[in-house]
Amino acid sequence: MAIAIVRAKDLFAAAMLFAIYSLLSAALFAVLDAGDVALTEAAVGAGISTILVLAVLALARRYESAIDGHNLLALAVVTVTGAALIYATLDMPEFGAPDNPAQVHVGPYYVEQSYPDMGVPNMVAAVLASYRSIDTLGEAFVILTAGLAVYALLSPKPRRRKRRRRHLRRQLREHRRHRRMHKGSSS
Amino acid sequence: MMTVLSFFNYWIVVVLMMIGFYCVIARGNMVKKVMGLNLFQTSVFILFISAGKIVGGSTPIVREGVELYSNPLPHVLILTAIVVGVATTAVGLALTVRINEAYGSIEDDHLGDEDDGDEQ
Amino acid sequence: MRENGILRVVARFLIPLIMLFGLYIQFHGEYSPGGGFQAGIVFAAGWILFVLIYGLDAALKVIPERAMYVLMVAGVILYCAVGIAGVVLGGHFLDFYPLLPGKHAAQQFGIITVEFGVGVTVATVVMLIFTLFARRKSEWKAAKVEDDQP
Repeated sequence: MAIAIVRAKDLFAAAMLFAIYSLLSAALFAVLDAGDVALTEAAVGAGISTILVLAVLALARRYESAIDGHNLLALAVVTVTGAALIYATLDMPEFGAPDNPAQVHVGPYYVEQSYPDMGVPNMVAAVLASYRSIDTLGEAFVILTAGLAVYALLSPKPRRRKRRRRHLRRQLREHRRHRRMHKGSSS
Repeated sequence: MMTVLSFFNYWIVVVLMMIGFYCVIARGNMVKKVMGLNLFQTSVFILFISAGKIVGGSTPIVREGVELYSNPLPHVLILTAIVVGVATTAVGLALTVRINEAYGSIEDDHLGDEDDGDEQ
Repeated sequence: MRENGILRVVARFLIPLIMLFGLYIQFHGEYSPGGGFQAGIVFAAGWILFVLIYGLDAALKVIPERAMYVLMVAGVILYCAVGIAGVVLGGHFLDFYPLLPGKHAAQQFGIITVEFGVGVTVATVVMLIFTLFARRKSEWKAAKVEDDQP
Protein backbone atom coordinates (compact mmCIF):
# COMPACT_ATOMS: atom_id res chain seq x y z
CA MET A 1 0.00 0.00 0.00
CA ALA A 2 2.73 2.41 0.95
CA ILE A 3 4.77 1.52 -2.12
CA ALA A 4 1.70 2.15 -4.27
CA ILE A 5 1.40 5.66 -2.82
CA VAL A 6 5.01 6.38 -3.73
CA ARG A 7 4.67 5.10 -7.26
CA ALA A 8 1.28 6.51 -8.22
CA LYS A 9 1.57 9.25 -10.82
CA ASP A 10 -2.03 10.35 -10.62
CA LEU A 11 -2.16 12.35 -7.43
CA PHE A 12 -5.86 11.77 -7.00
CA ALA A 13 -5.22 8.03 -6.86
CA ALA A 14 -2.40 8.66 -4.41
CA ALA A 15 -4.76 10.65 -2.17
CA MET A 16 -7.32 7.85 -2.16
CA LEU A 17 -4.66 5.27 -1.36
CA PHE A 18 -3.49 7.54 1.41
CA ALA A 19 -6.97 7.58 2.93
CA ILE A 20 -7.11 3.78 2.77
CA TYR A 21 -3.70 3.58 4.43
CA SER A 22 -4.88 5.84 7.26
CA LEU A 23 -7.98 3.72 7.79
CA LEU A 24 -5.89 0.55 7.87
CA SER A 25 -3.57 2.00 10.48
CA ALA A 26 -6.60 3.13 12.51
CA ALA A 27 -7.85 -0.47 12.43
CA LEU A 28 -4.41 -1.60 13.55
CA PHE A 29 -4.57 0.81 16.48
CA ALA A 30 -7.98 -0.54 17.44
CA VAL A 31 -6.65 -4.10 17.45
CA LEU A 32 -3.75 -2.96 19.63
CA ASP A 33 -6.24 -1.74 22.29
CA ALA A 34 -5.89 1.96 21.63
CA GLY A 35 -9.43 3.31 21.34
CA ASP A 36 -8.79 7.04 21.52
CA VAL A 37 -5.88 6.90 19.13
CA ALA A 38 -7.82 4.82 16.60
CA LEU A 39 -10.68 7.34 16.64
CA THR A 40 -8.32 10.28 16.19
CA GLU A 41 -6.28 8.66 13.43
CA ALA A 42 -9.40 7.64 11.51
CA ALA A 43 -10.90 11.12 11.76
CA VAL A 44 -7.69 12.97 11.02
CA GLY A 45 -6.02 10.76 8.45
CA ALA A 46 -8.96 9.66 6.39
CA GLY A 47 -10.85 12.91 6.89
CA ILE A 48 -8.85 16.08 7.20
CA SER A 49 -5.57 15.19 5.52
CA THR A 50 -7.26 13.69 2.48
CA ILE A 51 -9.64 16.64 2.10
CA LEU A 52 -6.78 19.11 2.25
CA VAL A 53 -4.75 17.16 -0.33
CA LEU A 54 -7.77 17.09 -2.65
CA ALA A 55 -8.24 20.83 -2.17
CA VAL A 56 -4.62 21.43 -3.19
CA LEU A 57 -5.09 19.16 -6.21
CA ALA A 58 -7.98 21.33 -7.33
CA LEU A 59 -5.64 24.31 -7.29
CA ALA A 60 -2.55 22.69 -8.83
CA ARG A 61 -1.75 20.06 -11.38
CA ARG A 62 -3.25 16.66 -10.92
CA TYR A 63 -0.49 14.53 -12.43
CA GLU A 64 3.06 14.21 -11.28
CA SER A 65 5.68 14.67 -13.98
CA ALA A 66 7.57 11.53 -14.93
CA ILE A 67 10.77 10.55 -13.18
CA ASP A 68 13.41 9.17 -15.54
CA GLY A 69 15.28 6.27 -14.01
CA HIS A 70 15.58 5.36 -10.36
CA ASN A 71 17.32 7.64 -7.96
CA LEU A 72 20.15 5.35 -6.87
CA LEU A 73 21.64 7.65 -4.26
CA ALA A 74 18.30 7.91 -2.49
CA LEU A 75 17.86 4.14 -2.60
CA ALA A 76 21.33 3.69 -1.13
CA VAL A 77 20.67 6.15 1.70
CA VAL A 78 17.35 4.52 2.46
CA THR A 79 18.83 1.02 2.50
CA VAL A 80 21.69 1.99 4.79
CA THR A 81 19.36 3.76 7.22
CA GLY A 82 16.94 0.84 7.17
CA ALA A 83 19.71 -1.66 7.87
CA ALA A 84 20.97 0.43 10.77
CA LEU A 85 17.46 0.68 12.24
CA ILE A 86 16.83 -3.06 11.90
CA TYR A 87 20.14 -3.72 13.62
CA ALA A 88 18.99 -1.40 16.42
CA THR A 89 15.70 -3.22 16.87
CA LEU A 90 17.44 -6.45 17.73
CA ASP A 91 17.98 -5.06 21.22
CA MET A 92 14.38 -4.07 21.78
CA PRO A 93 12.19 -5.95 24.22
CA GLU A 94 9.64 -8.51 23.16
CA PHE A 95 6.26 -7.50 21.95
CA GLY A 96 3.68 -7.36 24.70
CA ALA A 97 5.56 -8.74 27.65
CA PRO A 98 4.23 -7.29 30.92
CA ASP A 99 7.63 -6.51 32.37
CA ASN A 100 8.91 -4.35 29.52
CA PRO A 101 10.72 -1.20 30.63
CA ALA A 102 7.94 0.84 29.06
CA GLN A 103 5.34 -0.71 31.32
CA VAL A 104 7.11 -0.53 34.64
CA HIS A 105 7.80 3.03 35.71
CA VAL A 106 4.89 5.46 35.49
CA GLY A 107 2.30 3.35 33.64
CA PRO A 108 1.13 1.24 36.60
CA TYR A 109 0.75 4.37 38.72
CA TYR A 110 -1.64 5.85 36.15
CA VAL A 111 -3.53 2.60 35.72
CA GLU A 112 -4.08 2.16 39.44
CA GLN A 113 -4.44 5.71 40.68
CA SER A 114 -6.40 7.54 38.05
CA TYR A 115 -9.83 6.27 39.01
CA PRO A 116 -9.43 6.82 42.78
CA ASP A 117 -7.92 10.25 42.18
CA MET A 118 -10.36 11.59 39.63
CA GLY A 119 -13.45 9.48 39.37
CA VAL A 120 -13.10 9.44 35.59
CA PRO A 121 -13.17 6.00 33.95
CA ASN A 122 -11.29 6.95 30.77
CA MET A 123 -7.66 6.80 31.85
CA VAL A 124 -6.36 8.40 28.67
CA ALA A 125 -8.59 11.46 29.11
CA ALA A 126 -7.61 11.73 32.76
CA VAL A 127 -3.91 11.66 31.98
CA LEU A 128 -4.31 14.01 29.02
CA ALA A 129 -6.38 16.65 30.77
CA SER A 130 -5.30 16.47 34.36
CA TYR A 131 -1.99 14.76 35.01
CA ARG A 132 -0.39 16.20 31.88
CA SER A 133 -2.46 19.31 31.42
CA ILE A 134 0.29 21.65 30.31
CA ASP A 135 1.20 19.42 27.37
CA THR A 136 -2.38 19.63 26.17
CA LEU A 137 -2.27 23.41 26.53
CA GLY A 138 0.84 23.41 24.35
CA GLU A 139 -0.94 21.27 21.82
CA ALA A 140 -3.90 23.68 21.70
CA PHE A 141 -1.41 26.47 21.07
CA VAL A 142 0.14 24.48 18.22
CA ILE A 143 -3.26 24.09 16.56
CA LEU A 144 -3.93 27.80 17.00
CA THR A 145 -0.54 28.63 15.48
CA ALA A 146 -1.20 26.38 12.51
CA GLY A 147 -4.52 28.14 11.94
CA LEU A 148 -2.83 31.53 12.13
CA ALA A 149 -0.05 30.43 9.79
CA VAL A 150 -2.47 29.19 7.14
CA TYR A 151 -4.45 32.40 7.54
CA ALA A 152 -1.31 34.48 7.06
CA LEU A 153 -0.34 32.48 3.98
CA LEU A 154 -3.67 32.24 2.25
CA SER A 155 -5.63 35.35 3.06
CA PRO A 156 -3.88 37.97 0.89
CA LYS A 157 -5.39 37.98 -2.55
CA PRO A 158 -3.28 36.38 -5.29
CA ARG A 159 -1.46 38.66 -7.71
CA ARG A 160 -0.62 37.59 -11.21
CA ARG A 161 1.84 40.24 -12.31
CA LYS A 162 4.72 37.81 -12.81
CA ARG A 163 2.80 35.77 -15.36
CA ARG A 164 2.40 38.69 -17.70
CA ARG A 165 6.04 39.70 -17.46
CA ARG A 166 7.10 36.12 -18.17
CA HIS A 167 4.87 36.03 -21.20
CA LEU A 168 6.38 39.26 -22.52
CA ARG A 169 9.89 38.05 -21.74
CA ARG A 170 9.28 34.86 -23.68
CA GLN A 171 8.01 36.87 -26.63
CA LEU A 172 11.14 39.01 -26.51
CA ARG A 173 13.36 35.94 -26.45
CA GLU A 174 11.56 34.41 -29.46
CA HIS A 175 11.80 37.68 -31.34
CA ARG A 176 15.54 37.98 -30.74
CA ARG A 177 16.17 34.38 -31.74
CA HIS A 178 14.14 34.85 -34.90
CA ARG A 179 16.12 37.93 -35.88
CA ARG A 180 19.43 36.20 -35.24
CA MET A 181 18.40 33.26 -37.42
CA HIS A 182 17.31 35.49 -40.25
CA LYS A 183 20.49 37.56 -40.07
CA GLY A 184 22.60 34.38 -40.25
CA SER A 185 20.76 32.95 -43.26
CA SER A 186 20.72 36.12 -45.31
CA SER A 187 24.40 37.06 -44.88
CA MET B 1 11.77 -18.50 14.90
CA MET B 2 10.53 -17.01 18.13
CA THR B 3 12.97 -14.18 17.62
CA VAL B 4 11.47 -13.35 14.24
CA LEU B 5 7.94 -13.46 15.61
CA SER B 6 8.68 -11.17 18.50
CA PHE B 7 10.57 -8.63 16.41
CA PHE B 8 8.20 -8.74 13.45
CA ASN B 9 6.24 -5.65 14.44
CA TYR B 10 9.38 -3.54 14.72
CA TRP B 11 10.57 -4.61 11.28
CA ILE B 12 7.27 -3.72 9.67
CA VAL B 13 7.56 -0.28 11.22
CA VAL B 14 11.10 0.16 9.91
CA VAL B 15 10.02 -0.87 6.39
CA LEU B 16 7.14 1.62 6.39
CA MET B 17 9.39 4.32 7.77
CA MET B 18 11.94 3.77 5.01
CA ILE B 19 9.26 3.86 2.31
CA GLY B 20 8.07 7.20 3.64
CA PHE B 21 11.64 8.47 3.86
CA TYR B 22 12.29 7.47 0.24
CA CYS B 23 9.15 9.27 -0.83
CA VAL B 24 10.30 12.48 0.85
CA ILE B 25 13.77 12.57 -0.62
CA ALA B 26 13.34 11.00 -4.04
CA ARG B 27 10.17 12.57 -5.40
CA GLY B 28 10.06 16.12 -6.60
CA ASN B 29 6.35 16.78 -6.42
CA MET B 30 5.59 18.67 -3.23
CA VAL B 31 2.24 17.10 -2.54
CA LYS B 32 3.89 13.68 -2.79
CA LYS B 33 6.55 14.83 -0.34
CA VAL B 34 3.93 15.87 2.19
CA MET B 35 2.21 12.51 1.80
CA GLY B 36 5.54 10.76 2.36
CA LEU B 37 6.03 12.74 5.55
CA ASN B 38 2.63 11.61 6.78
CA LEU B 39 3.52 8.02 5.93
CA PHE B 40 6.65 8.37 8.04
CA GLN B 41 4.70 9.82 10.96
CA THR B 42 2.07 7.09 10.91
CA SER B 43 4.73 4.39 11.06
CA VAL B 44 6.24 6.01 14.16
CA PHE B 45 2.79 6.02 15.78
CA ILE B 46 2.44 2.31 15.09
CA LEU B 47 5.81 1.77 16.77
CA PHE B 48 4.79 3.57 19.94
CA ILE B 49 1.37 1.98 20.22
CA SER B 50 2.74 -1.51 19.69
CA ALA B 51 5.34 -0.84 22.38
CA GLY B 52 2.59 -0.01 24.84
CA LYS B 53 0.49 -3.08 24.31
CA ILE B 54 0.44 -5.84 26.91
CA VAL B 55 -0.57 -9.30 25.72
CA GLY B 56 -3.90 -10.14 27.37
CA GLY B 57 -4.66 -6.54 28.27
CA SER B 58 -7.47 -4.39 26.95
CA THR B 59 -8.39 -0.77 26.31
CA PRO B 60 -7.43 1.47 29.22
CA ILE B 61 -10.95 2.41 30.37
CA VAL B 62 -11.94 1.32 33.86
CA ARG B 63 -14.84 -1.12 33.65
CA GLU B 64 -16.19 -4.25 35.25
CA GLY B 65 -14.58 -7.60 34.86
CA VAL B 66 -11.30 -6.52 33.31
CA GLU B 67 -8.08 -7.30 35.12
CA LEU B 68 -5.23 -6.13 32.93
CA TYR B 69 -5.14 -2.82 31.08
CA SER B 70 -2.76 -1.71 28.39
CA ASN B 71 -0.48 1.15 29.22
CA PRO B 72 -2.27 4.50 28.68
CA LEU B 73 0.84 6.64 28.56
CA PRO B 74 1.85 6.01 24.91
CA HIS B 75 -1.75 6.68 23.85
CA VAL B 76 -1.55 10.16 25.32
CA LEU B 77 1.72 10.94 23.56
CA ILE B 78 0.47 9.68 20.20
CA LEU B 79 -2.78 11.65 20.49
CA THR B 80 -0.79 14.86 20.75
CA ALA B 81 1.52 13.76 17.95
CA ILE B 82 -1.33 13.01 15.53
CA VAL B 83 -2.82 16.45 16.01
CA VAL B 84 0.55 18.15 15.60
CA GLY B 85 1.01 16.10 12.43
CA VAL B 86 -2.20 17.36 10.91
CA ALA B 87 -1.21 20.94 11.78
CA THR B 88 2.12 20.47 9.99
CA THR B 89 0.39 18.95 6.96
CA ALA B 90 -2.02 21.87 6.72
CA VAL B 91 0.76 24.46 6.82
CA GLY B 92 2.82 22.48 4.30
CA LEU B 93 -0.06 22.28 1.87
CA ALA B 94 -0.75 26.01 2.23
CA LEU B 95 2.90 26.67 1.37
CA THR B 96 2.50 24.42 -1.68
CA VAL B 97 -0.46 26.47 -2.88
CA ARG B 98 1.50 29.70 -2.55
CA ILE B 99 4.53 28.25 -4.34
CA ASN B 100 2.28 27.11 -7.14
CA GLU B 101 0.94 30.61 -7.54
CA ALA B 102 4.31 32.28 -7.48
CA TYR B 103 6.18 29.89 -9.79
CA GLY B 104 3.48 28.10 -11.74
CA SER B 105 4.48 24.57 -10.83
CA ILE B 106 4.90 22.32 -7.81
CA GLU B 107 7.74 20.15 -9.03
CA ASP B 108 11.17 20.70 -7.52
CA ASP B 109 12.99 20.58 -10.84
CA HIS B 110 10.77 23.07 -12.60
CA LEU B 111 10.95 25.81 -10.02
CA GLY B 112 14.06 27.28 -11.60
CA ASP B 113 12.57 27.59 -15.10
CA GLU B 114 11.24 31.05 -14.48
CA ASP B 115 14.74 32.39 -13.89
CA ASP B 116 15.93 31.66 -17.43
CA GLY B 117 14.16 34.74 -18.67
CA ASP B 118 16.04 36.94 -16.23
CA GLU B 119 19.36 36.33 -17.89
CA GLN B 120 18.30 37.91 -21.20
CA MET C 1 -24.06 19.51 -6.14
CA ARG C 2 -27.13 21.28 -4.90
CA GLU C 3 -29.22 19.89 -7.71
CA ASN C 4 -28.36 16.26 -7.15
CA GLY C 5 -31.35 14.89 -5.30
CA ILE C 6 -29.78 11.87 -3.69
CA LEU C 7 -26.87 13.84 -2.25
CA ARG C 8 -29.15 16.51 -0.88
CA VAL C 9 -31.48 14.11 0.87
CA VAL C 10 -28.69 12.04 2.34
CA ALA C 11 -26.85 15.14 3.51
CA ARG C 12 -29.92 16.58 5.15
CA PHE C 13 -30.18 13.35 7.08
CA LEU C 14 -26.52 12.90 7.88
CA ILE C 15 -25.27 16.36 8.85
CA PRO C 16 -27.31 16.74 12.06
CA LEU C 17 -26.35 13.19 13.00
CA ILE C 18 -22.68 13.96 12.50
CA MET C 19 -22.88 17.09 14.62
CA LEU C 20 -24.79 15.26 17.32
CA PHE C 21 -22.21 12.50 17.29
CA GLY C 22 -19.49 15.11 17.63
CA LEU C 23 -21.15 16.58 20.69
CA TYR C 24 -21.63 13.10 22.10
CA ILE C 25 -17.94 12.33 21.75
CA GLN C 26 -17.08 15.63 23.38
CA PHE C 27 -19.10 15.25 26.52
CA HIS C 28 -18.86 11.50 26.87
CA GLY C 29 -15.09 11.62 26.63
CA GLU C 30 -14.74 10.58 30.22
CA TYR C 31 -16.59 7.30 29.94
CA SER C 32 -15.63 6.07 26.50
CA PRO C 33 -12.90 6.86 23.97
CA GLY C 34 -13.25 10.43 22.90
CA GLY C 35 -12.47 13.86 24.21
CA GLY C 36 -11.77 17.26 22.77
CA PHE C 37 -9.73 16.59 19.66
CA GLN C 38 -11.84 13.87 18.17
CA ALA C 39 -15.03 15.81 18.79
CA GLY C 40 -13.66 18.96 17.20
CA ILE C 41 -12.57 17.14 14.08
CA VAL C 42 -15.85 15.25 13.67
CA PHE C 43 -17.82 18.48 14.05
CA ALA C 44 -15.64 20.20 11.46
CA ALA C 45 -16.10 17.24 9.12
CA GLY C 46 -19.86 17.69 9.35
CA TRP C 47 -19.48 21.35 8.41
CA ILE C 48 -17.19 20.45 5.50
CA LEU C 49 -19.88 18.08 4.20
CA PHE C 50 -22.32 20.98 4.35
CA VAL C 51 -19.92 23.13 2.32
CA LEU C 52 -19.49 20.41 -0.29
CA ILE C 53 -23.22 19.97 -0.84
CA TYR C 54 -24.64 23.46 -0.42
CA GLY C 55 -21.75 25.71 -1.42
CA LEU C 56 -19.39 27.92 0.52
CA ASP C 57 -21.63 31.00 0.70
CA ALA C 58 -24.53 29.18 2.31
CA ALA C 59 -22.16 27.61 4.82
CA LEU C 60 -20.58 30.94 5.69
CA LYS C 61 -24.02 32.29 6.51
CA VAL C 62 -24.37 29.58 9.14
CA ILE C 63 -21.01 30.18 10.80
CA PRO C 64 -19.59 33.51 9.61
CA GLU C 65 -15.90 34.00 9.31
CA ARG C 66 -15.69 36.63 12.01
CA ALA C 67 -17.19 34.16 14.46
CA MET C 68 -14.52 31.64 13.46
CA TYR C 69 -11.73 34.06 14.27
CA VAL C 70 -13.21 34.82 17.66
CA LEU C 71 -13.99 31.21 18.58
CA MET C 72 -10.54 30.04 17.56
CA VAL C 73 -8.91 32.12 20.24
CA ALA C 74 -11.74 31.77 22.75
CA GLY C 75 -11.10 28.05 23.18
CA VAL C 76 -7.48 28.54 24.18
CA ILE C 77 -8.40 31.48 26.41
CA LEU C 78 -10.95 29.27 28.19
CA TYR C 79 -8.21 26.73 28.84
CA CYS C 80 -5.88 29.36 30.25
CA ALA C 81 -8.70 30.86 32.31
CA VAL C 82 -9.25 27.54 34.05
CA GLY C 83 -5.54 27.41 34.75
CA ILE C 84 -5.39 30.93 36.12
CA ALA C 85 -8.51 30.31 38.21
CA GLY C 86 -6.53 27.53 39.86
CA VAL C 87 -3.80 30.02 40.72
CA VAL C 88 -6.21 32.69 41.94
CA LEU C 89 -8.00 30.30 44.26
CA GLY C 90 -4.72 29.19 45.80
CA GLY C 91 -2.86 26.38 44.05
CA HIS C 92 -0.61 25.70 41.10
CA PHE C 93 -1.34 26.68 37.52
CA LEU C 94 -3.91 24.25 36.04
CA ASP C 95 -4.55 22.72 39.43
CA PHE C 96 -8.13 21.52 39.55
CA TYR C 97 -8.47 20.88 43.28
CA PRO C 98 -9.28 24.43 44.48
CA LEU C 99 -12.05 24.92 41.92
CA LEU C 100 -14.85 23.07 43.68
CA PRO C 101 -15.25 21.39 47.04
CA GLY C 102 -15.08 17.65 46.71
CA LYS C 103 -12.06 16.04 45.10
CA HIS C 104 -13.80 14.09 42.34
CA ALA C 105 -16.20 16.88 41.43
CA ALA C 106 -13.39 19.39 41.06
CA GLN C 107 -11.38 17.13 38.77
CA GLN C 108 -14.36 16.25 36.62
CA PHE C 109 -15.38 19.89 36.25
CA GLY C 110 -11.85 20.84 35.31
CA ILE C 111 -11.52 18.05 32.77
CA ILE C 112 -14.84 18.79 31.07
CA THR C 113 -14.12 22.51 30.75
CA VAL C 114 -10.60 22.01 29.47
CA GLU C 115 -11.68 19.46 26.87
CA PHE C 116 -14.50 21.75 25.74
CA GLY C 117 -12.02 24.56 25.17
CA VAL C 118 -9.75 22.33 23.15
CA GLY C 119 -12.67 20.96 21.14
CA VAL C 120 -13.90 24.43 20.18
CA THR C 121 -10.42 25.50 19.08
CA VAL C 122 -9.77 22.39 16.99
CA ALA C 123 -13.16 22.56 15.27
CA THR C 124 -12.87 26.23 14.33
CA VAL C 125 -9.27 25.94 13.15
CA VAL C 126 -10.11 23.06 10.82
CA MET C 127 -13.16 24.89 9.50
CA LEU C 128 -11.10 28.04 8.91
CA ILE C 129 -8.33 26.15 7.10
CA PHE C 130 -10.86 24.49 4.81
CA THR C 131 -12.59 27.82 4.09
CA LEU C 132 -9.29 29.45 3.16
CA PHE C 133 -8.35 26.59 0.83
CA ALA C 134 -11.77 26.50 -0.79
CA ARG C 135 -11.88 30.20 -1.47
CA ARG C 136 -8.50 30.37 -3.10
CA LYS C 137 -9.78 29.03 -6.41
CA SER C 138 -12.42 31.70 -6.87
CA GLU C 139 -10.00 34.43 -5.79
CA TRP C 140 -7.51 33.12 -8.32
CA LYS C 141 -10.06 33.22 -11.10
CA ALA C 142 -10.98 36.76 -10.15
CA ALA C 143 -7.33 37.81 -10.17
CA LYS C 144 -6.72 36.24 -13.58
CA VAL C 145 -9.73 38.04 -14.99
CA GLU C 146 -8.43 41.38 -13.71
CA ASP C 147 -4.97 40.74 -15.07
CA ASP C 148 -5.97 39.91 -18.63
CA GLN C 149 -7.49 43.30 -19.16
CA PRO C 150 -4.74 45.54 -20.57
